[in-house]
Amino acid sequence: MVGGFRWAAMFPDEVWEHVFSFLPADADRNAAALVCRAWYRIEQRSRWRVFVGNCYAVEPAAAVRRFPEVRAAAIKGKPHFADFNLVPSDWGGGAEAWVEAMAEGWPHLEELRLKRMVVSDDCLELIARCFKNFKVLSLVSCEGFSTAGLAAIAANCRNLRELNLHENEVEDNCLHWMSHFPESFTSLVTLNIACLEGEVNVYVLERLIGRCPNLKTLRLNHSVPIQRLVGLLHRAPQLVDLGTGKFAAQHHPELFSTLESAIAGCKNLKSLSGFWEAGPTYLPAIYSVMDLIEDDGLIAVAASCKLLQELRVFPSDPYGAAQPISLTEHGLVAISAGCPMLHSVLYFCRQMTNSALLTVAKNCPNFTCFRLCIMEPHTPDYITRQPLDAGFSAIVESCKHLRRLSLSGLLTDLVFKSIGASANCLEMLSVAFAGDGDAGLHYILSGCKNLRKLEIRDCPFGDQPLLDNAAKLETMRSLWMSSCSVTLGACRQLARKMPLLNVEVINERKRGLPLELQPDNCPVEKLYIYRTVAGPRSDTPSCVWILR
Amino acid sequence: MSPPLEHDYIGLSELPFSAAAAAAGAAEDGALNLKETELRLGLPGSESPDRKEKVGLTLGLLPKVFGSGAKRGFSDAIDGAGKWELASGGCGSEVEGGKGGALFSPRGEDGGGQLSGHGNAGKDVAPKADGQERKAAGQVGNSAGNDRGVAPAAKAQVVGWPPIRSYRKNTMATNPSKDKEDADEKQGPGCLYIKVSMDGAPYLRKVDLKAYNNYKELSSALEKMFSCFTIGQCGSHGIPGRDGLSESRLTDLLNGSEYVLTYEDKDGDWMLVGDVPWEMFTNSCKRMRIMKGSDAIGLAPRAMEKCKNRIRISF
Repeated sequence: MVGGFRWAAMFPDEVWEHVFSFLPADADRNAAALVCRAWYRIEQRSRWRVFVGNCYAVEPAAAVRRFPEVRAAAIKGKPHFADFNLVPSDWGGGAEAWVEAMAEGWPHLEELRLKRMVVSDDCLELIARCFKNFKVLSLVSCEGFSTAGLAAIAANCRNLRELNLHENEVEDNCLHWMSHFPESFTSLVTLNIACLEGEVNVYVLERLIGRCPNLKTLRLNHSVPIQRLVGLLHRAPQLVDLGTGKFAAQHHPELFSTLESAIAGCKNLKSLSGFWEAGPTYLPAIYSVMDLIEDDGLIAVAASCKLLQELRVFPSDPYGAAQPISLTEHGLVAISAGCPMLHSVLYFCRQMTNSALLTVAKNCPNFTCFRLCIMEPHTPDYITRQPLDAGFSAIVESCKHLRRLSLSGLLTDLVFKSIGASANCLEMLSVAFAGDGDAGLHYILSGCKNLRKLEIRDCPFGDQPLLDNAAKLETMRSLWMSSCSVTLGACRQLARKMPLLNVEVINERKRGLPLELQPDNCPVEKLYIYRTVAGPRSDTPSCVWILR
Repeated sequence: MSPPLEHDYIGLSELPFSAAAAAAGAAEDGALNLKETELRLGLPGSESPDRKEKVGLTLGLLPKVFGSGAKRGFSDAIDGAGKWELASGGCGSEVEGGKGGALFSPRGEDGGGQLSGHGNAGKDVAPKADGQERKAAGQVGNSAGNDRGVAPAAKAQVVGWPPIRSYRKNTMATNPSKDKEDADEKQGPGCLYIKVSMDGAPYLRKVDLKAYNNYKELSSALEKMFSCFTIGQCGSHGIPGRDGLSESRLTDLLNGSEYVLTYEDKDGDWMLVGDVPWEMFTNSCKRMRIMKGSDAIGLAPRAMEKCKNRIRISF
């Protein structure tokens, strides 16, 4: 047995590195690293991509030490419900600690993707200065920075390929940030500035695009008028993904025809978005490329339907639904019938029936993501007045590869029983205004063997299922519960029992006795529990307590 | 009204429904008096039904403040805000906090009934809001049709519901459909998110101006949102460390530095908030900035005086 692992030394390290490069998932690489010290060392040195799903799960310095040769990092900060104002604005998720550690330990970093983090201009300047070969900056749902920070990126990242700013809150204090891209800069492949609220210097943009022959993705913000779109498209006929700016103007036949031909001239166009304020006047200009469009989100945007937000990733060819997306179940059923390749849906509506959901479940067993939001909480099947348990149960039973599910409408504990039993691939579950009592949560925590993220609001779930399933929480990334029936005592117990969990109790009103003096039966308004090897974090604001 | 402070620090969810209703009732009288003094159209004494509903919605926010006399200016609003928060056990500091009082109002019939029997007030809170809000929405009118005959949500009263990000809501708001051109002019878009920055704070926030009915509600909500930045030093991450936060310290700081709320109007001019009637303000405000009083002096010293006087009258 002692000599059993000498075979590892039969091959040079580089061979093992090459072998490991075929391992598809980090989990597989982790397993390989456990085989012997040699493999641990080799795998460690050859891992160049890390994903940190929760920025507080590990100390930045520890991550950098563990994998010293990382070239691409993706880090996520705030819980998802921060998108809907449920998380206090000062909760945390600051990127500084990570950027500083990375600047220190990963000087060769090329790609950085941050989501729901607070990124300051200082961070951006540090990135611009310290990573000499920086290629990809992707900021999604972040805040805390301004266009001055973007100017630093533009000025210093000579090899930048991708600047993806998606749904960020950006302060506009530097109007000419894009002018900071030097004339010698030609490497851009992706530019997404759709979330910027300020004016964009289209002349500068034209020059930039004109000298970047590899540009594939261009997503403009609302300030770019339709008239200037033509000039931009002429300079980038190789575009694959276009997000327009404002798509409305007075009707002008000449403008219409030049726009139409400019768009048709982009022979590789596969994806369209944007269309701010789109109206019937100019939309027909894009019809010529509709055959090629795979992102049917275009239609939803084009229909300017108020409450339906987006249908994500429709990789079907002909768009099957004849009618525009409506707020009823009919649109969803029509889509499910007409788009057999559909695998991801985010659908807002006002009414739903179990029958419709059963039909959808039958039509689309390939769903990986099903998010249904019935606008009014507790809405039952509007025809039978029954809870929607049967409908959602059908979804989870039929869609064996479902990874993400959001529930809505009137739901009892029964739906959770189905989910717990059937949703074996489910990784993320969002629950609001549902269930009857503790049993509902218990079904989820005792089933759903691949559950990673669970977020719950306004449900009658209490202490018992948490305490009974404490070990489950360590197998998950995080649990969010707000406006439920959890008490402080249970949180204290959980924190004592599970040292590898951070149990964060959030109280925003900042009044009354300090946490230590509150009795066990005190209700907890917001609770965020996540596994971590870093212990309690040191940047908690005054409204957050980490129980030990 | 004696709020059970010691037990209620964490959330309003344990506040028994009956106590809440009593609190609401007690506050209502005081609130009504105030509404009568407010400048508005219509004959004195003629309270329209939706007006009453609106009062009901803002119950939680008004009591103590006006009991102690009208206050003026941003820092004073915070003084008052501190007191009312203790009294009502209002909900968290989210944007829609202006409607927090709605959660204590009697719940509506539709949908809420199914939940009775569940002793959990925390869960009841949201449907109560729905019920109340539905009634209000029904009377005020709404921008989204509903073919089931139930008065739908004109705007979200429940915090964070529906789960649509604020920037999207603004996009929807700026795209009124052609069908609604003949709709009530005063209705306007369902929400109006405006950026608010504060000197020295690392974050921008967004507030929905449509969620508030007057300057008082707005300043209270802003205080809650930004209070974390006025306390102590910010750490290297720009995030304030945990201090022994106390109400008096907050007001000391604010009174000492005199933060003033300003806004940029459609013409690009920076004005003091409070100069013009509320509706005019919401129609012309593009963004807001909380600046130090010393910086604001250059804006309009006499207007500041005028502003303070006016606020005393209208609140």
